[in-house]
Amino acid sequence: MTPIGWFQIVLYCAIIVALVKPLGWYMTKVFNGERTFLSPVLRPVESALYWIGGVDEKREQHWLTYTVAMLLFHVGGFLIIYGLMRLQALLPFNPAGQSAVAQDLSFNTAISFITNTNWQNYGGESTLSYLTQMVGLTHQNFLSAATGIALAVALIRGFSRSSMRTIGNFWIDVTRCTLYVLLPICIVYALFLVWQGMPQTLGAYVEATTLEGGKQTIAVGPVASQVAIKMLGTNGGGFFNANASHPFENPTALSNFVQMISIFALGAALTNVFGRMVGNQRQGWAILGVMGVLFLAGVAVTYWAEANGTSTLNALQLTGGNMEGKEVRFGIVASSLFAVITTAASCGAVNAMHDSFTALGGMIPLLNIQLGEIIVGGVGAGMYGMLLFVVLAIFVAGLMVGRTPEFVGKKIEAREVKMAMLAILILPLMILGWTAVAVVFPPAVASMANAGPHGFTEVLYAFTSATGNNGSAFGGLTGNTFFYNLTLASSMFVGRFFMIVPAMAMAGSLAAKKSIPPSAGTLPTTGGLFVGLVVGVILIIGGLTFFPALALGPIVEHLAMNANTLF
Amino acid sequence: MLREIRPAILILLLLTAITGLAYPLAMTAIAGAIFPRQAQGSLIERDGKIIGSALIGQEFKEDKYFHGRPSATTAPDPADSTKTVSAPYNAANSGGSNLGPTSKALADRIKEDVEKLKTENPAAPVPIDLVTTSGSGLDPDISPEAALFQVPRVAKARNLPEARVQQLVTEHIQGRMAGLLGEPRISVLEVNLALDEVSK
Repeated sequence: MTPIGWFQIVLYCAIIVALVKPLGWYMTKVFNGERTFLSPVLRPVESALYWIGGVDEKREQHWLTYTVAMLLFHVGGFLIIYGLMRLQALLPFNPAGQSAVAQDLSFNTAISFITNTNWQNYGGESTLSYLTQMVGLTHQNFLSAATGIALAVALIRGFSRSSMRTIGNFWIDVTRCTLYVLLPICIVYALFLVWQGMPQTLGAYVEATTLEGGKQTIAVGPVASQVAIKMLGTNGGGFFNANASHPFENPTALSNFVQMISIFALGAALTNVFGRMVGNQRQGWAILGVMGVLFLAGVAVTYWAEANGTSTLNALQLTGGNMEGKEVRFGIVASSLFAVITTAASCGAVNAMHDSFTALGGMIPLLNIQLGEIIVGGVGAGMYGMLLFVVLAIFVAGLMVGRTPEFVGKKIEAREVKMAMLAILILPLMILGWTAVAVVFPPAVASMANAGPHGFTEVLYAFTSATGNNGSAFGGLTGNTFFYNLTLASSMFVGRFFMIVPAMAMAGSLAAKKSIPPSAGTLPTTGGLFVGLVVGVILIIGGLTFFPALALGPIVEHLAMNANTLF
Repeated sequence: MLREIRPAILILLLLTAITGLAYPLAMTAIAGAIFPRQAQGSLIERDGKIIGSALIGQEFKEDKYFHGRPSATTAPDPADSTKTVSAPYNAANSGGSNLGPTSKALADRIKEDVEKLKTENPAAPVPIDLVTTSGSGLDPDISPEAALFQVPRVAKARNLPEARVQQLVTEHIQGRMAGLLGEPRISVLEVNLALDEVSK
């Protein structure tokens, strides 16, 4: 660990905190339907969309209608991706002549992109045509991100409204999010990325003759436009197989730094949107505080572990930390920081191979996802995930003092707690359940690339990543098999929608309640006590649920490594 | 609920057209106009032929060139398409080794590479980046230490004084961005092109 390394980490955090208020202010205006500085250009487009789509701007939706609209939207998204992958050989924009993608892989990828997971069982440059990348993947990067934000805003409206039956209109939320938030940022961002060296072309792969006379085929494509939304929307699905470690997908230290900022920017700003909508920005800062504590703890552990290297390297007097699977232009600190950010948010892009991290350095990304990706989290998904934990923490606090718990003026009652528990219990069910099946099913075991506890961690990471809709991987695992394509798809589906539906039910029941003013007996939810309480609840739930599995994987591997045991 | 079906189809199709076609195509047109070199992949030409990309590493094995890092990329086996064979710096199939910290295969590979490098230059400590594969398998850079480590071999193969080669290396060090971000590095392809110029 070096001072300049820590300085990069501090600088990163400072920029994120500085962005929270302006972005939160802007997004609040967008979701309240107010005019913004982009309205003169975008308002006509927006109106035209509603007119053609038959959306009545004045009509709001009940939570059930809102949820059904969201689900219908995803059925369509699924069909578009699946259709494109199966038919890409017959369609234009395919200079590399990619053939149709197999049924199970197409199914897995379609589910993966509509759930904002973007798990890469596909190989990017070796499997997909430009048309599939653009119309199939780029478009769903936008829409699954917009959906996540829309749902978070709907849940926030549940807290901020009083005695109302509706929580907003899904079509308006998604359209405004796409047009006013995601698209304008991506246009500027994509150009910045091209300036840094990212390709943006529809031309064919380049044939080069190397200095030594060898042949090299260099894959290019419309990369920058996809990477911009891949990061901003915390999607994470790479244009290339190696994702953001590929020099074309992350050319410089600066592009890397800006990519890291763009992963957290919108998710962090949503805490401010929450504060503004419930009428007290300090509520938002308290939630960001909870995220910050957990984030910095994770960064410290991973950076320390990677900088220390492994016993193999140290025995050979190789200093400089664990560079296996990392790029020289990023080094140890930017690779460790990126790994923690991408798993704290449900991004899943990687600029170094998590599979080659040290045991403890790789455990933090795993744990981040298992805690529910509520440390900033996926755009929207992190916010509603965190609010579920807040409800639970408030409930626990209420039990301790024997009062009906309240949060931002809403009584938290049996229905809300049941919904929160339902959403939270889905995670361990899918992660631990499928991992248990996979490690006793011989064809699934054959997919492991590493032997010993590391192989177990590969499988655990896969189901964790899929259920948490993260999409990063311990890439050694051969995921493109019938078993994993189907089981991972089911994890992604359940992990996304079985969390959303209870969250929306909670939004509906909260919106219908009366707001009550705080009294002397109300637990203040803006201070350090509240932050500590929520952090504690998150760690206890995550820790108790996943500790046994972590003990079998990364923890035992760390002990084995220190004892110089190899597998 | 039925009234949601129309927007589910039409809003989806319109937003798909905007974000999946209009946006990437517009970006391609604009980027091609203002950053044509980068948009095409930062390609380098010599004597009218494309010799690679400034951003993509390529394989160097000859003594007279600086070598990049080991690469774990693969290609389909020409004899059996269900298998893959090692194909270092395959820029059409990026990827890392994915070997973990307790992997025996990784430990053996590193040990073997360290032995080889030690015979080449017993004087200096072996730099870590010369014995570890990168995440993409296409890392275009090595650390300044890794370049300096190779100076004796390159100088000998080219009959150049070591001081001259060392000077070339120092000239090609790219520092941290603004002195803060990333790590110091040297582009292997760039320094090798400069070497060829000097030896001409």
